[in-house]
Amino acid sequence: MNKRLWLIALMLIGLSAPALADKRGDAKAQVAWGIQVAQKGLWKEATQQWEKATVIDPSYASAWNNLGIGYEQLGKFDEARKAYEKALELEPNNQMIRGNYDQFREIYDRQNRRRVK
Amino acid sequence: MTARTVVALSSLAIAVASAGCLSFYEVAIETPIRAKLDVTPFSRVLVAGFVTGGSRSIDPNTETARLLRSQLRGKSELKIIDADVIDLVDVYDKKRSKPAPEKPDAVRIMDEKDVQDYEPILKDEKYWKEIGDEYQSPLIITGSVLFTEVSRSGMVSKLQSYTDSMGRPAYQERREFANLRGYALTPKFVFIDGRTGAQLYSEGFYEESLYSETQNTPALSSYFELMDKLLPSFLNTLSTQKIRGTRVLLVK
Repeated sequence: MNKRLWLIALMLIGLSAPALADKRGDAKAQVAWGIQVAQKGLWKEATQQWEKATVIDPSYASAWNNLGIGYEQLGKFDEARKAYEKALELEPNNQMIRGNYDQFREIYDRQNRRRVK
Repeated sequence: MTARTVVALSSLAIAVASAGCLSFYEVAIETPIRAKLDVTPFSRVLVAGFVTGGSRSIDPNTETARLLRSQLRGKSELKIIDADVIDLVDVYDKKRSKPAPEKPDAVRIMDEKDVQDYEPILKDEKYWKEIGDEYQSPLIITGSVLFTEVSRSGMVSKLQSYTDSMGRPAYQERREFANLRGYALTPKFVFIDGRTGAQLYSEGFYEESLYSETQNTPALSSYFELMDKLLPSFLNTLSTQKIRGTRVLLVK
């Protein structure tokens, strides 16, 4: 009985692994495409690609990081903060994400201090 | 499959392939910082004059008005009104019937406490409404500027050159006690609606520059050095500024 359960579990893992890999692959394609257009200065289009990537694979930290950058460039600071923080939640030790977030926070905090005045 | 679809798919394939080569890309970005004040109701701006005091080596009222007008000319869409700079200290003293000092060039404001004594003129809506009416209701910029001499003593780092054991020139950091002299600038910019005389926004700053006692830095050049530090923030009150920086896009 136990053996049968193990077999089913293994089969489920085996079946879901390619599905997860597909998700990440699709999200990576969106991210890569977003980078291509961002490098041409098309930030709105790039941000749309990264939004799609985070929908396809919400556990993809790089997509959230790039989305944060995209929102920042578009002046959507609250959305950028959420995206960066999601990226850091997924990969707390990623120094590149941390660096982007720290630089963003400097501007974000300055802007918010002004709003208070 | 149309030719356009083929091209799009090939580009995507190239993008994905190139993404496989590099896992991160540094990109230049320009973060827009929204203007602090909505100036759309105004087409003109009057840099009226300031409550000023401190060092007698420069005239902070004239210099500040001149500098802000020239900066706004280049970096704002508002039309700058060329008018005589108002001596607000004089105006307020006359308003409250304070006797004029015996020496006409005597400095009436020496420190921040003295500046506070003149603050009511910056909040005098009736007075500013009259000024606004005179110049067809512009946005009015006024405030206070205190430019004072400062001196401090303490440890400073200096680079000292020496020749190492191989005969090569080298440098080492040395800390030593020094007497420093310089200037401090304490401006407060006040933005007033010329239609009503009411204050719209105000922002204060503090900056100082210190130099070695032996260095002879003219007061005016120190004033410009200090104003340079806070001008971006001043300009950001009226217009959206872009902060240039770099970020790292990730693929991995």
